[in-house]
Amino acid sequence: MDVIIEAFPDILQAFWLNIRLALYSGVLALVLGTLLAAFRVSPVPLLRLIGTVWVNTIRNTPLTLVITFMLFGLSYQLGVTFSDTISENVFWLAVVGLGVYTAAFVCEVLRAGINTVDVGQSEAARSLGFTFTQNLRLVILPQAFRAVIAPLGSTFIALIKNTTIAVVIGVTTAEGINESSGLMRTLIEFNGDQTILIFAVFALGFVIITLPIGLLTSWAAKRLGGVR
Amino acid sequence: MRTKMMAATLAAGLALSLTACGGDDDDDKFKIGIKVDQPGLGLKESDGSFSGFDVDMARYIAEGLGHDLDDVEFVEAVSANRETFLENGTVDMILATYSITDERKEKVDFAGPYYVAGQDLLVRADDDSITGPESLDGKTLCSVTGSTSAQRVKDEYSDKVQLQEFDSYSKCVDALLGGQIDALTTDDIILAGFAQQHPGELKVVGSPFSEENYGVGLPKDSEDRDKINDLIEEAFEDGAWEKAFNDNLGDSGYPLPETPPTVDRY
Repeated sequence: MDVIIEAFPDILQAFWLNIRLALYSGVLALVLGTLLAAFRVSPVPLLRLIGTVWVNTIRNTPLTLVITFMLFGLSYQLGVTFSDTISENVFWLAVVGLGVYTAAFVCEVLRAGINTVDVGQSEAARSLGFTFTQNLRLVILPQAFRAVIAPLGSTFIALIKNTTIAVVIGVTTAEGINESSGLMRTLIEFNGDQTILIFAVFALGFVIITLPIGLLTSWAAKRLGGVR
Repeated sequence: MRTKMMAATLAAGLALSLTACGGDDDDDKFKIGIKVDQPGLGLKESDGSFSGFDVDMARYIAEGLGHDLDDVEFVEAVSANRETFLENGTVDMILATYSITDERKEKVDFAGPYYVAGQDLLVRADDDSITGPESLDGKTLCSVTGSTSAQRVKDEYSDKVQLQEFDSYSKCVDALLGGQIDALTTDDIILAGFAQQHPGELKVVGSPFSEENYGVGLPKDSEDRDKINDLIEEAFEDGAWEKAFNDNLGDSGYPLPETPPTVDRY
Protein backbone atom coordinates (compact mmCIF):
# COMPACT_ATOMS: atom_id res chain seq x y z
CA MET A 1 0.00 0.00 0.00
CA ASP A 2 2.97 2.32 0.69
CA VAL A 3 3.83 2.41 -2.97
CA ILE A 4 0.35 3.73 -3.82
CA ILE A 5 0.39 6.34 -1.05
CA GLU A 6 3.83 7.54 -2.07
CA ALA A 7 2.92 7.71 -5.75
CA PHE A 8 -0.56 9.12 -5.17
CA PRO A 9 0.13 12.70 -6.35
CA ASP A 10 1.71 11.29 -9.50
CA ILE A 11 -1.24 8.95 -10.05
CA LEU A 12 -3.65 11.90 -9.87
CA GLN A 13 -1.56 13.84 -12.38
CA ALA A 14 -1.40 10.80 -14.64
CA PHE A 15 -5.18 10.39 -14.67
CA TRP A 16 -5.63 14.12 -15.18
CA LEU A 17 -3.45 13.79 -18.29
CA ASN A 18 -5.75 11.03 -19.59
CA ILE A 19 -8.79 13.17 -18.88
CA ARG A 20 -7.27 16.16 -20.71
CA LEU A 21 -6.45 13.95 -23.70
CA ALA A 22 -10.03 12.65 -23.70
CA LEU A 23 -11.63 16.10 -23.40
CA TYR A 24 -9.69 17.74 -26.23
CA SER A 25 -9.91 14.75 -28.54
CA GLY A 26 -13.57 14.24 -27.60
CA VAL A 27 -14.43 17.76 -28.78
CA LEU A 28 -12.42 17.22 -31.96
CA ALA A 29 -14.11 13.86 -32.55
CA LEU A 30 -17.58 15.32 -32.05
CA VAL A 31 -16.98 18.13 -34.53
CA LEU A 32 -15.25 15.95 -37.11
CA GLY A 33 -17.70 13.09 -36.61
CA THR A 34 -20.71 15.33 -37.16
CA LEU A 35 -19.11 16.73 -40.29
CA LEU A 36 -18.37 13.21 -41.54
CA ALA A 37 -21.94 12.06 -40.84
CA ALA A 38 -23.19 15.07 -42.84
CA PHE A 39 -20.81 14.05 -45.65
CA ARG A 40 -22.11 10.50 -45.61
CA VAL A 41 -25.77 11.51 -45.97
CA SER A 42 -25.14 14.45 -48.32
CA PRO A 43 -26.47 14.50 -51.90
CA VAL A 44 -22.92 15.18 -53.24
CA PRO A 45 -21.26 11.89 -54.34
CA LEU A 46 -17.70 13.17 -53.72
CA LEU A 47 -18.50 14.10 -50.11
CA ARG A 48 -20.18 10.73 -49.57
CA LEU A 49 -17.04 9.06 -50.93
CA ILE A 50 -14.75 11.07 -48.63
CA GLY A 51 -16.92 10.14 -45.64
CA THR A 52 -17.04 6.46 -46.54
CA VAL A 53 -13.30 6.18 -47.18
CA TRP A 54 -12.42 8.04 -43.96
CA VAL A 55 -14.67 5.90 -41.79
CA ASN A 56 -13.68 2.59 -43.31
CA THR A 57 -9.95 3.33 -43.32
CA ILE A 58 -9.61 4.80 -39.84
CA ARG A 59 -12.14 2.58 -38.11
CA ASN A 60 -10.36 -0.53 -39.35
CA THR A 61 -6.87 0.61 -38.36
CA PRO A 62 -5.55 -0.28 -34.90
CA LEU A 63 -5.34 2.83 -32.75
CA THR A 64 -1.74 1.99 -31.83
CA LEU A 65 -0.85 2.39 -35.50
CA VAL A 66 -2.76 5.66 -35.81
CA ILE A 67 -0.99 7.13 -32.77
CA THR A 68 2.43 5.84 -33.81
CA PHE A 69 1.86 7.31 -37.28
CA MET A 70 1.07 10.69 -35.73
CA LEU A 71 4.61 10.99 -34.37
CA PHE A 72 6.71 8.91 -36.76
CA GLY A 73 4.81 9.73 -39.94
CA LEU A 74 3.09 13.06 -39.50
CA SER A 75 5.63 14.76 -37.25
CA TYR A 76 8.98 13.13 -38.07
CA GLN A 77 8.47 12.54 -41.81
CA LEU A 78 6.04 15.28 -42.83
CA GLY A 79 7.30 17.85 -40.38
CA VAL A 80 4.02 18.68 -38.65
CA THR A 81 4.84 19.95 -35.17
CA PHE A 82 2.63 21.73 -32.67
CA SER A 83 5.36 22.89 -30.31
CA ASP A 84 9.12 22.84 -29.83
CA THR A 85 8.55 21.37 -26.40
CA ILE A 86 8.44 17.62 -26.84
CA SER A 87 5.85 16.94 -24.14
CA GLU A 88 3.44 19.46 -25.70
CA ASN A 89 4.08 18.29 -29.23
CA VAL A 90 3.34 14.63 -28.48
CA PHE A 91 0.31 15.64 -26.41
CA TRP A 92 -1.32 17.47 -29.32
CA LEU A 93 -0.30 14.78 -31.80
CA ALA A 94 -2.03 12.25 -29.56
CA VAL A 95 -5.11 14.50 -29.34
CA VAL A 96 -5.30 14.69 -33.13
CA GLY A 97 -4.78 10.93 -33.50
CA LEU A 98 -7.42 10.09 -30.91
CA GLY A 99 -9.81 12.68 -32.34
CA VAL A 100 -9.47 11.50 -35.92
CA TYR A 101 -9.89 7.88 -34.83
CA THR A 102 -12.90 8.48 -32.59
CA ALA A 103 -14.55 10.72 -35.22
CA ALA A 104 -15.10 7.62 -37.37
CA PHE A 105 -17.08 6.01 -34.53
CA VAL A 106 -19.01 9.21 -33.73
CA CYS A 107 -19.92 9.45 -37.43
CA GLU A 108 -21.35 5.94 -37.52
CA VAL A 109 -23.28 6.40 -34.27
CA LEU A 110 -24.73 9.65 -35.57
CA ARG A 111 -25.61 8.14 -38.93
CA ALA A 112 -27.58 5.47 -37.10
CA GLY A 113 -29.33 8.30 -35.24
CA ILE A 114 -30.15 10.05 -38.50
CA ASN A 115 -31.78 6.84 -39.71
CA THR A 116 -34.11 6.83 -36.70
CA VAL A 117 -35.58 10.20 -37.71
CA ASP A 118 -38.81 9.65 -39.62
CA VAL A 119 -38.34 10.26 -43.32
CA GLY A 120 -41.49 12.40 -43.28
CA GLN A 121 -39.58 14.99 -41.22
CA SER A 122 -37.03 15.69 -43.92
CA GLU A 123 -39.68 15.50 -46.63
CA ALA A 124 -41.71 18.11 -44.79
CA ALA A 125 -38.64 20.32 -44.36
CA ARG A 126 -37.77 20.02 -48.01
CA SER A 127 -41.31 20.91 -49.12
CA LEU A 128 -41.07 24.02 -46.94
CA GLY A 129 -38.06 25.06 -49.02
CA PHE A 130 -35.25 24.14 -46.55
CA THR A 131 -31.86 23.55 -48.19
CA PHE A 132 -29.97 20.31 -47.36
CA THR A 133 -27.81 22.10 -44.76
CA GLN A 134 -30.78 23.81 -43.14
CA ASN A 135 -32.69 20.55 -43.12
CA LEU A 136 -29.79 18.74 -41.44
CA ARG A 137 -28.98 21.50 -38.97
CA LEU A 138 -32.50 22.48 -37.91
CA VAL A 139 -34.55 19.31 -38.35
CA ILE A 140 -32.57 16.10 -38.63
CA LEU A 141 -29.47 16.48 -36.41
CA PRO A 142 -31.23 17.80 -33.29
CA GLN A 143 -33.48 14.74 -33.35
CA ALA A 144 -30.65 12.39 -34.31
CA PHE A 145 -28.42 13.58 -31.43
CA ARG A 146 -31.18 13.00 -28.89
CA ALA A 147 -31.57 9.45 -30.13
CA VAL A 148 -27.88 8.58 -29.74
CA ILE A 149 -26.94 10.12 -26.39
CA ALA A 150 -26.33 6.72 -24.80
CA PRO A 151 -24.21 5.25 -27.64
CA LEU A 152 -22.23 8.51 -27.79
CA GLY A 153 -21.59 8.06 -24.07
CA SER A 154 -20.22 4.58 -24.79
CA THR A 155 -18.00 6.01 -27.50
CA PHE A 156 -16.67 8.62 -25.06
CA ILE A 157 -16.01 5.96 -22.41
CA ALA A 158 -14.07 3.97 -25.01
CA LEU A 159 -12.16 7.14 -25.87
CA ILE A 160 -11.14 7.70 -22.24
CA LYS A 161 -9.74 4.19 -22.04
CA ASN A 162 -8.12 4.57 -25.46
CA THR A 163 -6.12 7.56 -24.23
CA THR A 164 -3.80 5.06 -22.51
CA ILE A 165 -2.49 4.18 -25.97
CA ALA A 166 -0.83 7.60 -26.01
CA VAL A 167 1.93 5.84 -24.09
CA VAL A 168 3.35 4.50 -27.36
CA ILE A 169 4.56 7.98 -28.30
CA GLY A 170 5.48 8.82 -24.71
CA VAL A 171 2.88 11.42 -23.73
CA THR A 172 3.93 12.91 -20.39
CA THR A 173 3.26 15.99 -18.33
CA ALA A 174 5.79 18.82 -18.47
CA GLU A 175 7.39 17.32 -15.35
CA GLY A 176 7.81 13.99 -17.11
CA ILE A 177 4.99 12.07 -15.42
CA ASN A 178 3.46 9.50 -17.73
CA GLU A 179 -0.20 9.10 -18.48
CA SER A 180 -1.72 6.39 -16.31
CA SER A 181 -0.79 3.21 -18.19
CA GLY A 182 2.81 4.42 -18.49
CA LEU A 183 2.94 5.33 -14.82
CA MET A 184 1.49 1.93 -13.98
CA ARG A 185 4.29 0.29 -15.95
CA THR A 186 6.88 2.37 -14.11
CA LEU A 187 5.40 1.50 -10.72
CA ILE A 188 5.30 -2.21 -11.56
CA GLU A 189 8.87 -2.07 -12.83
CA PHE A 190 10.07 -1.01 -9.40
CA ASN A 191 7.51 -2.89 -7.28
CA GLY A 192 7.16 -6.20 -9.10
CA ASP A 193 5.84 -7.91 -5.96
CA GLN A 194 2.78 -5.62 -5.79
CA THR A 195 1.65 -5.97 -9.38
CA ILE A 196 -1.92 -6.95 -8.52
CA LEU A 197 -2.45 -4.04 -6.13
CA ILE A 198 -1.11 -1.57 -8.68
CA PHE A 199 -3.31 -3.03 -11.42
CA ALA A 200 -6.34 -2.80 -9.15
CA VAL A 201 -5.71 0.83 -8.26
CA PHE A 202 -5.43 1.88 -11.89
CA ALA A 203 -8.47 -0.17 -12.92
CA LEU A 204 -10.42 1.46 -10.10
CA GLY A 205 -9.26 4.87 -11.28
CA PHE A 206 -10.76 4.27 -14.69
CA VAL A 207 -14.00 2.98 -13.21
CA ILE A 208 -14.26 6.14 -11.10
CA ILE A 209 -13.86 8.27 -14.21
CA THR A 210 -16.05 6.31 -16.62
CA LEU A 211 -18.91 5.15 -14.39
CA PRO A 212 -20.44 8.62 -13.92
CA ILE A 213 -20.30 9.19 -17.68
CA GLY A 214 -22.32 6.02 -18.26
CA LEU A 215 -24.84 6.99 -15.59
CA LEU A 216 -25.09 10.56 -16.80
CA THR A 217 -25.64 9.65 -20.45
CA SER A 218 -28.25 6.98 -19.59
CA TRP A 219 -30.09 9.56 -17.50
CA ALA A 220 -29.84 12.18 -20.26
CA ALA A 221 -30.96 9.66 -22.87
CA LYS A 222 -34.10 8.99 -20.81
CA ARG A 223 -34.82 12.67 -20.19
CA LEU A 224 -34.08 13.97 -23.67
CA GLY A 225 -34.45 10.92 -25.86
CA GLY A 226 -38.08 11.68 -26.64
CA VAL A 227 -40.96 9.27 -26.98
CA ARG A 228 -40.55 6.55 -29.58
CA MET B 1 -28.24 -25.61 -30.81
CA ARG B 2 -26.28 -22.54 -29.91
CA THR B 3 -25.60 -23.74 -26.36
CA LYS B 4 -24.42 -27.08 -27.73
CA MET B 5 -21.97 -25.37 -30.05
CA MET B 6 -20.73 -23.13 -27.29
CA ALA B 7 -20.21 -26.10 -25.02
CA ALA B 8 -18.30 -27.88 -27.76
CA THR B 9 -16.09 -24.82 -28.34
CA LEU B 10 -15.46 -24.49 -24.62
CA ALA B 11 -14.57 -28.15 -24.34
CA ALA B 12 -12.21 -27.92 -27.28
CA GLY B 13 -10.59 -24.81 -25.83
CA LEU B 14 -10.20 -26.45 -22.46
CA ALA B 15 -8.65 -29.56 -23.99
CA LEU B 16 -6.21 -27.41 -25.94
CA SER B 17 -5.16 -25.38 -22.94
CA LEU B 18 -4.74 -28.53 -20.86
CA THR B 19 -2.43 -30.12 -23.40
CA ALA B 20 -0.56 -26.84 -23.65
CA CYS B 21 0.00 -26.90 -19.91
CA GLY B 22 1.12 -30.49 -20.08
CA GLY B 23 3.72 -29.55 -22.68
CA ASP B 24 5.10 -26.71 -20.62
CA ASP B 25 5.22 -28.62 -17.41
CA ASP B 26 8.42 -30.37 -18.36
CA ASP B 27 10.61 -30.62 -15.27
CA ASP B 28 13.56 -32.13 -17.12
CA LYS B 29 14.25 -28.83 -18.84
CA PHE B 30 16.68 -26.35 -17.33
CA LYS B 31 14.85 -23.06 -17.70
CA ILE B 32 16.78 -19.83 -18.03
CA GLY B 33 15.16 -16.40 -17.98
CA ILE B 34 16.61 -13.98 -20.52
CA LYS B 35 15.64 -10.79 -22.31
CA VAL B 36 14.43 -11.43 -25.85
CA ASP B 37 14.46 -7.87 -27.19
CA GLN B 38 17.99 -6.69 -26.54
CA PRO B 39 20.29 -7.20 -29.50
CA GLY B 40 23.78 -8.31 -28.47
CA LEU B 41 22.62 -9.37 -25.00
CA GLY B 42 19.46 -11.44 -25.20
CA LEU B 43 17.61 -11.56 -28.48
CA LYS B 44 15.11 -13.98 -29.96
CA GLU B 45 15.93 -14.24 -33.66
CA SER B 46 13.21 -14.52 -36.29
CA ASP B 47 13.96 -18.26 -36.64
CA GLY B 48 13.26 -18.78 -32.93
CA SER B 49 16.88 -19.20 -31.83
CA PHE B 50 18.47 -17.04 -29.15
CA SER B 51 21.64 -15.01 -29.31
CA GLY B 52 23.59 -12.52 -27.24
CA PHE B 53 26.18 -12.11 -24.52
CA ASP B 54 23.76 -13.09 -21.74
CA VAL B 55 22.60 -16.09 -23.77
CA ASP B 56 26.16 -17.32 -24.41
CA MET B 57 27.08 -16.89 -20.74
CA ALA B 58 23.89 -18.74 -19.78
CA ARG B 59 24.77 -21.64 -22.08
CA TYR B 60 28.30 -21.78 -20.65
CA ILE B 61 26.97 -21.93 -17.09
CA ALA B 62 24.26 -24.47 -17.96
CA GLU B 63 26.84 -26.75 -19.54
CA GLY B 64 29.15 -26.33 -16.57
CA LEU B 65 26.32 -27.39 -14.27
CA GLY B 66 26.03 -30.59 -16.27
CA HIS B 67 22.99 -29.81 -18.39
CA ASP B 68 22.82 -30.83 -22.00
CA LEU B 69 22.26 -27.81 -24.25
CA ASP B 70 19.24 -29.59 -25.76
CA ASP B 71 17.63 -29.57 -22.34
CA VAL B 72 18.05 -25.84 -21.88
CA GLU B 73 14.92 -23.79 -22.42
CA PHE B 74 15.03 -20.00 -22.66
CA VAL B 75 12.11 -18.10 -21.19
CA GLU B 76 11.45 -14.40 -21.65
CA ALA B 77 11.92 -12.56 -18.36
CA VAL B 78 10.96 -8.89 -18.56
CA SER B 79 12.44 -6.68 -15.85
CA ALA B 80 9.26 -6.41 -13.80
CA ASN B 81 8.76 -10.14 -13.28
CA ARG B 82 12.30 -11.39 -12.69
CA GLU B 83 12.01 -11.83 -8.91
CA THR B 84 8.56 -13.41 -9.26
CA PHE B 85 9.84 -15.90 -11.83
CA LEU B 86 12.60 -17.04 -9.47
CA GLU B 87 10.32 -17.18 -6.43
CA ASN B 88 7.65 -19.21 -8.29
CA GLY B 89 10.16 -21.54 -9.89
CA THR B 90 9.06 -20.49 -13.38
CA VAL B 91 12.77 -20.37 -14.23
CA ASP B 92 15.85 -21.96 -12.65
CA MET B 93 18.15 -19.02 -13.22
CA ILE B 94 18.11 -15.59 -14.84
CA LEU B 95 20.69 -13.79 -16.93
CA ALA B 96 18.85 -10.74 -18.15
CA THR B 97 20.91 -7.57 -17.54
CA TYR B 98 20.00 -8.22 -13.92
CA SER B 99 21.69 -5.74 -11.57
CA ILE B 100 22.66 -6.98 -8.13
CA THR B 101 21.04 -4.72 -5.52
CA ASP B 102 20.54 -5.11 -1.78
CA GLU B 103 16.79 -4.82 -2.23
CA ARG B 104 16.69 -7.72 -4.67
CA LYS B 105 19.07 -9.76 -2.50
CA GLU B 106 16.30 -9.99 0.08
CA LYS B 107 14.16 -11.97 -2.35
CA VAL B 108 16.61 -13.80 -4.58
CA ASP B 109 20.24 -14.91 -4.58
CA PHE B 110 22.88 -13.71 -6.99
CA ALA B 111 26.01 -15.31 -8.40
CA GLY B 112 28.59 -13.10 -10.07
CA PRO B 113 28.77 -10.29 -11.10
CA TYR B 114 29.81 -11.45 -14.54
CA TYR B 115 29.79 -7.94 -15.98
CA VAL B 116 29.93 -4.39 -14.65
CA ALA B 117 27.82 -2.06 -16.76
CA GLY B 118 27.06 1.62 -16.24
CA GLN B 119 24.48 4.09 -17.45
CA ASP B 120 25.79 5.75 -20.59
CA LEU B 121 24.62 7.52 -23.75
CA LEU B 122 24.23 6.34 -27.34
CA VAL B 123 24.60 9.05 -29.99
CA ARG B 124 25.05 9.30 -33.76
CA ALA B 125 28.62 8.44 -34.75
CA ASP B 126 29.28 11.89 -36.23
CA ASP B 127 27.96 13.76 -33.19
CA ASP B 128 30.87 15.11 -31.14
CA SER B 129 28.84 17.65 -29.18
CA ILE B 130 27.66 15.12 -26.60
CA THR B 131 30.48 13.97 -24.34
CA GLY B 132 28.59 12.95 -21.24
CA PRO B 133 25.41 13.44 -19.25
CA GLU B 134 26.27 17.06 -18.42
CA SER B 135 26.48 18.10 -22.10
CA LEU B 136 22.81 17.47 -22.89
CA ASP B 137 21.24 20.89 -22.25
CA GLY B 138 19.04 21.75 -25.22
CA LYS B 139 19.29 18.23 -26.61
CA THR B 140 16.63 15.56 -26.68
CA LEU B 141 17.15 12.33 -24.79
CA CYS B 142 15.22 9.10 -25.25
CA SER B 143 14.45 6.24 -22.91
CA VAL B 144 11.74 3.62 -22.50
CA THR B 145 8.60 3.87 -20.39
CA GLY B 146 9.13 2.28 -17.01
CA SER B 147 12.75 3.33 -16.71
CA THR B 148 13.91 6.30 -14.67
CA SER B 149 17.31 6.58 -16.33
CA ALA B 150 16.45 9.63 -18.44
CA GLN B 151 14.78 11.41 -15.54
CA ARG B 152 17.99 10.87 -13.53
CA VAL B 153 20.01 12.63 -16.24
CA LYS B 154 17.59 15.58 -16.17
CA ASP B 155 17.56 15.78 -12.37
CA GLU B 156 21.27 15.35 -11.74
CA TYR B 157 23.18 16.56 -14.80
CA SER B 158 21.40 18.59 -17.48
CA ASP B 159 18.15 20.19 -16.37
CA LYS B 160 17.46 21.70 -19.81
CA VAL B 161 17.41 18.37 -21.60
CA GLN B 162 14.11 17.40 -23.24
CA LEU B 163 12.91 13.87 -22.64
CA GLN B 164 11.11 11.60 -25.08
CA GLU B 165 9.82 8.24 -23.92
CA PHE B 166 8.83 5.31 -26.09
CA ASP B 167 7.51 1.88 -25.29
CA SER B 168 10.52 0.19 -26.89
CA TYR B 169 14.22 0.88 -27.40
CA SER B 170 13.91 0.18 -31.12
CA LYS B 171 11.72 3.28 -31.52
CA CYS B 172 14.39 5.34 -29.73
CA VAL B 173 17.02 3.93 -32.10
CA ASP B 174 14.87 4.77 -35.16
CA ALA B 175 14.33 8.33 -33.97
CA LEU B 176 18.05 8.66 -33.15
CA LEU B 177 19.04 7.49 -36.62
CA GLY B 178 16.43 9.82 -38.13
CA GLY B 179 17.82 12.80 -36.23
CA GLN B 180 14.65 13.55 -34.24
CA ILE B 181 16.35 12.77 -30.95
CA ASP B 182 20.00 13.27 -30.02
CA ALA B 183 20.78 10.55 -27.50
CA LEU B 184 19.48 7.38 -25.91
CA THR B 185 20.32 6.40 -22.36
CA THR B 186 20.47 3.09 -20.52
CA ASP B 187 23.29 0.70 -19.51
CA ASP B 188 26.35 0.94 -21.76
CA ILE B 189 26.42 -2.73 -22.76
CA ILE B 190 22.78 -2.58 -23.89
CA LEU B 191 23.61 0.52 -25.94
CA ALA B 192 26.59 -1.35 -27.41
CA GLY B 193 24.12 -3.93 -28.70
CA PHE B 194 22.33 -1.25 -30.71
CA ALA B 195 25.62 0.19 -31.96
CA GLN B 196 26.52 -3.33 -33.10
CA GLN B 197 23.31 -3.42 -35.17
CA HIS B 198 24.20 -0.15 -36.89
CA PRO B 199 27.99 -0.20 -37.13
CA GLY B 200 29.49 3.15 -38.10
CA GLU B 201 26.21 4.99 -37.55
CA LEU B 202 25.90 4.96 -33.77
CA LYS B 203 28.44 5.08 -30.94
CA VAL B 204 28.45 4.69 -27.19
CA VAL B 205 29.81 7.89 -25.59
CA GLY B 206 31.84 5.87 -23.09
CA SER B 207 31.64 7.87 -19.89
CA PRO B 208 29.44 5.73 -17.66
CA PHE B 209 27.89 7.57 -14.73
CA SER B 210 26.62 4.71 -12.62
CA GLU B 211 27.66 1.17 -11.78
CA GLU B 212 25.44 -1.82 -12.40
CA ASN B 213 26.72 -5.24 -11.41
CA TYR B 214 25.08 -7.81 -13.64
CA GLY B 215 24.56 -11.03 -11.74
CA VAL B 216 23.04 -14.44 -12.29
CA GLY B 217 19.69 -14.44 -10.50
CA LEU B 218 18.92 -17.62 -8.56
CA PRO B 219 16.14 -18.73 -6.24
CA LYS B 220 16.82 -17.96 -2.56
CA ASP B 221 19.24 -20.46 -0.95
CA SER B 222 20.10 -22.05 -4.25
CA GLU B 223 22.61 -24.89 -3.97
CA ASP B 224 24.14 -24.02 -7.32
CA ARG B 225 25.40 -20.59 -6.31
CA ASP B 226 28.98 -21.54 -5.39
CA LYS B 227 29.31 -23.70 -8.45
CA ILE B 228 28.07 -20.90 -10.70
CA ASN B 229 30.50 -18.46 -9.09
CA ASP B 230 33.28 -20.95 -9.90
CA LEU B 231 32.02 -21.23 -13.47
CA ILE B 232 31.95 -17.45 -13.93
CA GLU B 233 35.58 -17.23 -12.75
CA GLU B 234 36.43 -20.08 -15.08
CA ALA B 235 34.83 -18.21 -17.99
CA PHE B 236 36.99 -15.15 -17.18
CA GLU B 237 40.12 -17.30 -17.28
CA ASP B 238 39.54 -19.65 -20.22
CA GLY B 239 38.50 -16.89 -22.62
CA ALA B 240 34.81 -17.86 -22.85
CA TRP B 241 33.76 -14.52 -21.35
CA GLU B 242 35.84 -12.54 -23.83
CA LYS B 243 34.59 -14.69 -26.72
CA ALA B 244 30.96 -14.23 -25.69
CA PHE B 245 31.52 -10.46 -25.69
CA ASN B 246 33.41 -10.33 -29.00
CA ASP B 247 30.97 -12.63 -30.81
CA ASN B 248 28.03 -10.46 -29.87
CA LEU B 249 29.37 -6.94 -29.38
CA GLY B 250 32.74 -6.98 -31.15
CA ASP B 251 31.68 -4.63 -33.95
CA SER B 252 30.01 -2.06 -31.74
CA GLY B 253 33.12 0.06 -31.22
CA TYR B 254 32.53 -0.31 -27.49
CA PRO B 255 35.54 -1.98 -25.87
CA LEU B 256 35.54 -4.96 -23.54
CA PRO B 257 36.69 -3.86 -20.07
CA GLU B 258 40.36 -4.75 -19.56
CA THR B 259 39.76 -6.72 -16.41
CA PRO B 260 36.75 -8.85 -15.62
CA PRO B 261 34.82 -8.03 -12.44
CA THR B 262 35.55 -9.72 -9.13
CA VAL B 263 32.99 -12.31 -8.18
CA ASP B 264 31.29 -11.36 -4.93
CA ARG B 265 30.72 -14.44 -2.76
CA TYR B 266 28.55 -12.74 -0.17
